[in-house]
Amino acid sequence: MSTRPAIGQPISRLEGHMKVTGAAKYAGEYNVPGLLYGYVINSTITKGKIISFNTEAAKALPGVIEIFTHENRPSLAWFDLSYADMDAPPGSPFRPLYNAEVSSNGQPIGLVVAETFELARYAATLMEIQYEEESFRVDLKENLAEAHTPSIGMATMLKPPPPKPKGDFEEAFANSYAQVSAEYFHGTEHHNPMELFATTTIYEGDGKLTIYDKTQGTINSQLYVGNIFGLHFKDVRVISPYVGGAFGSGLRPQYQLFLSVMAALELKRPVRVTLDRSQMFTFGHRPQTVQYTRFGTDEYGKIIAMNHKAIGETSKNEDYTENVVNWANMLYASKNTLMQYELVDLDVFSPLDMRAPGGSTGSHAIESTMDELSYKLKIDPMQLRLINYSEKDDSLGRPYSSKELRQCYLQGAERFGWAERNPEPRSMRRGNKLIGYGMATGIWEANHLPARAEAIIDSEGKLQVSSAVTDIGTGMMTIMAQIAADELGLPVEDVAISYGDSKMPFAPIQGGSFTTSTIGSAIKAAGKALRKKLFKKAKDMDSSIFSSMDIEDVAFRDGKISVKDSPALSVSFKEIVAANKGKAIKTINFSVPKFFKLKKYSRAAHSAVFVEVEVDEQLGVINVTRAVTAVAAGRIINPKTARSQILGGMVWSVSKALREETITDYRLGKYMNQNLGEYHIPVHADIHDMDVIFVEEKDENVNELGTKGVGEIGLVGMPPAIANAVYHATGKRINQFPIHFDSLL
Amino acid sequence: MNNFSYIKANDLPTAFGHVRLGDAAKYIAGGTNLIDLMKYNLTKASSLVDINHLVGNHDIEELPDGGLRLGAFVRNAATAYHPLVEERYPLLSRAILAGASAQIRNMATNGGNLLQRTRCYYFYDANTPCNKREPGSGCSAILGYNRIMAILGTSESCIAVFPSDMCVALAALDAVVNISGEDGERSLAFADFHRLPGDTPELDNNLKPGEIITSIDIPQKGFARNYSYLKLRDRNSYAFALVSVATGLELENGLIKDARIALGGVAHKPWRVKEAEDFLKEKEPSAENFAQAAEIILFGAKVFEYNSFKVELAKRAIVRNCMMALNPESQLPGAQPSA
Ligand SMILES: Cc1cc2nc3c(=O)[nH]c(=O)nc-3n(C[C@H](O)[C@H](O)[C@H](O)COP(=O)(O)OP(=O)(O)OC[C@H]3O[C@@H](n4cnc5c(N)ncnc54)[C@H](O)[C@@H]3O)c2cc1C
Ligand code: SF4
Repeated sequence: MSTRPAIGQPISRLEGHMKVTGAAKYAGEYNVPGLLYGYVINSTITKGKIISFNTEAAKALPGVIEIFTHENRPSLAWFDLSYADMDAPPGSPFRPLYNAEVSSNGQPIGLVVAETFELARYAATLMEIQYEEESFRVDLKENLAEAHTPSIGMATMLKPPPPKPKGDFEEAFANSYAQVSAEYFHGTEHHNPMELFATTTIYEGDGKLTIYDKTQGTINSQLYVGNIFGLHFKDVRVISPYVGGAFGSGLRPQYQLFLSVMAALELKRPVRVTLDRSQMFTFGHRPQTVQYTRFGTDEYGKIIAMNHKAIGETSKNEDYTENVVNWANMLYASKNTLMQYELVDLDVFSPLDMRAPGGSTGSHAIESTMDELSYKLKIDPMQLRLINYSEKDDSLGRPYSSKELRQCYLQGAERFGWAERNPEPRSMRRGNKLIGYGMATGIWEANHLPARAEAIIDSEGKLQVSSAVTDIGTGMMTIMAQIAADELGLPVEDVAISYGDSKMPFAPIQGGSFTTSTIGSAIKAAGKALRKKLFKKAKDMDSSIFSSMDIEDVAFRDGKISVKDSPALSVSFKEIVAANKGKAIKTINFSVPKFFKLKKYSRAAHSAVFVEVEVDEQLGVINVTRAVTAVAAGRIINPKTARSQILGGMVWSVSKALREETITDYRLGKYMNQNLGEYHIPVHADIHDMDVIFVEEKDENVNELGTKGVGEIGLVGMPPAIANAVYHATGKRINQFPIHFDSLL
Repeated sequence: MNNFSYIKANDLPTAFGHVRLGDAAKYIAGGTNLIDLMKYNLTKASSLVDINHLVGNHDIEELPDGGLRLGAFVRNAATAYHPLVEERYPLLSRAILAGASAQIRNMATNGGNLLQRTRCYYFYDANTPCNKREPGSGCSAILGYNRIMAILGTSESCIAVFPSDMCVALAALDAVVNISGEDGERSLAFADFHRLPGDTPELDNNLKPGEIITSIDIPQKGFARNYSYLKLRDRNSYAFALVSVATGLELENGLIKDARIALGGVAHKPWRVKEAEDFLKEKEPSAENFAQAAEIILFGAKVFEYNSFKVELAKRAIVRNCMMALNPESQLPGAQPSA
């Protein structure tokens, strides 16, 4: 019997057992003799200058090795460019311990290195630091007048500016039959993956370093360290096999990496720097954003005018941007559009991509506005989306590489029981609870970047595949094995995956839901090349049965090359390697997306989300009792890990719509709930019945695998679907996330 | 870390002796609050005197007058699940189980629960002014983000809330706190145990330095037929109350004979108003009457920028919870509002 294709099988994560038994080691868990521990000192002011450090008491403690500040740090690279990483927005990247300036609350300003973590932390409390404080601004809503157009840079490639205006929005809007204009807001949010940021740097001598880093890109960290500290890239090895979640926070090298490497190089000893939970609130975050929409339709509900404007927060040193306003006209056609995106510079650390950056923000406004329109027009919310369904991407006038969103609506509605909805707000109830049904659409781009992968058939006839890519907990490693297995016709057990190591073939940062497409395509290309090579070697064998055949005439199955029509005629991989004098057969391939072909299409995953909420009529308490997400994301490599991604996005949606917020005291310029007791993410009791449907979607254009990625789409449509359900239940529209239950009183 | 010595005390005099010796000596029971405060550098202890091994007060015992004595060192979980508590004081059981998480309740002691400190964000951030942490430095919460702060009994120096759930039930049940000190033993009515902030927000309660809570007595009347605990908060578990209500009703011939209503999440101590309870006596247990009682209880509430919702929320919570008390079966896990 032939090996069953691994793609499409719900295989459990291959490293799952290691993780749940504690055998998987994370960046902060590598121990070596003589390891030193660094504890970061963070600024307690929001803006100003450091006048002085008094380190005497701290240094006097036996076991404290060194205290690094801007005053005694080694001299470092000088140019901005050296600090720029793969995900750096236009501007001047933050440089830890650069000078006496403090530009955000919690900015790292020093590092205590000691023999134990506890000692380092204690010593940090003995530091006396004098500041000269300056006035600051951290409140977006109070500073909207300062909004400006973002500057353009490398990052603009994946985050294009808003599409150009079309037609005459103002006139069309003024003349439209039904109109909605609304304002939306959400405050700052922090990623808070379970694993704390940590780096263990092993000083190997001769300018060589081995670095265990929590990151979403081993090569990104490697380049960053090499550039700043003037090291040869080959001497800097960054390893990150297990990552306990990151959600975007590891897309840029974080300051503990810099500090750990700096200390290790200076002290010529291994140094670990681990952040604590409150320090997890001292770097990137989802930026507070204000949005305005004005949508107008004709009497049939067809949108004729669409304006979406967003103003986001950024730091003073970088123009961090998101795609917030690029989606509306991708989803819904309109002849007259006006999409605007601006930034306000505040005294905060640069924001950073956080799961579904921009997309979840934009959909909040777009999909709530659509919902409001549906009530104005007295058209069912889903029907309104179908009326405005756009087969092509109207913002760029391009066809989609594939788009099964219509099926998402239909199958999702069916599973959910949308037809039972009474259109009247406040019309459905159960005891003390008002019941609301809400829905929304999700969209997320399907990108594809260049990457390399290596594939080897070893002397056992087994396959080894490697790539520098990380697995941030999504199941990346498992689907790499599935894709590779099918390429060579092997069972997954016969595939060994190596990853998370900068020594391995190049991979970009892991994020943006492009990793499956990117690494999957690289593996596919490597697999194809390996097949060719194996076949050639098989043909070259003495009295080869394939001597007069072409590769088209044979099949790769069960660890053998066999004649297509007579499987019994075969040569095993093991025999081929033996004939190759026992030398493994190896290919390494650089896979580049077909940019020219891709440019002809818009590529996106879609979803339709249906939500039921219960709202206590007197007390306002909200529970999301049921939700269905129907996703069209091309080919699903592993339905189990993919489902987990969507479920994770759905749980996060409950969080975003109803729970999480970084409480900011705008007067003090600081975040006040820097712990998981007060930064509320959902608990079990908040999560009820959740269901995922993968709608079949064939896509021959997007990439060779036909996959689109499912990392973010789960978090795009559901938050507004919850807000819409709350409106349907209560007749109250709360356009601010999270929705506090007391706002419904 | 800050070094400290650890002393295991087996009897009260040893414990008193150690705490008298060092200013910065602290008793440690479950440690669920104290250790956090030490990690945040808010409490500095030169020594920790472990009172978990003191002889006595590790049980729940019946009192001769029909009441119950809760040992100070009994864990919160063991108290909530004790058969006598479940049977006679289900209100207390419910309130305890609405607090913290299973893990924390397994460690937390009854004595420690009374002494947990506020959850005011500013209190926990040593770099912001806070009169409770540093008398005279100012109160950051009054003009800051005060969604979780008090609306009753506040002062110009502090608007913090006492966060316990268990204590809201104990207040409703007229518990008595038994205390031992070097000068002997004394008892405080529950209402007199915690303080309002006034000019001395640094003092949460009337326990004197070095004193130890040994037990808590609850009188016979447990309102086991008609009781309810309702907790309203920003997530369904593992979050402190924005408003909570403990209600016990005694009904006779369709009228209210005795009523207890205590609020949590609104003041520096569990909040009870005798006039409201008196008002309900001999009245019908109706939503209208409960609503009037609620008006009396919230009389004089003072709101701040972000917590004005608490007044209306508390009123509605009182009404709902009193209605739930008429049908205790309607209570849901996690002290959520009835279905
Ligand atoms: C994340 C989190 C969430 C929580 N959520 C809730 C909640 O929702 N509701 C709720 O009610 N509580 C909640 N708690 C608080 C918890 O109930 C208290 O921390 C616990 O009850 C304290 O008891 P302990 O025995 O651990 O006290 P410890 O931490 O040991 O002691 C607290 C203080 O009391 C003193 N002390 C302790 N026992 C005695 C005694 N017998 N005599 C004299 N002094 C004594 C100690 O010196 C110390 O100062 C939460 C706690 C945490 C950490
Ligand atoms: S409310 Fe009380 S505890 Fe909070 S900052 Fe003010 S003084 Fe401190």
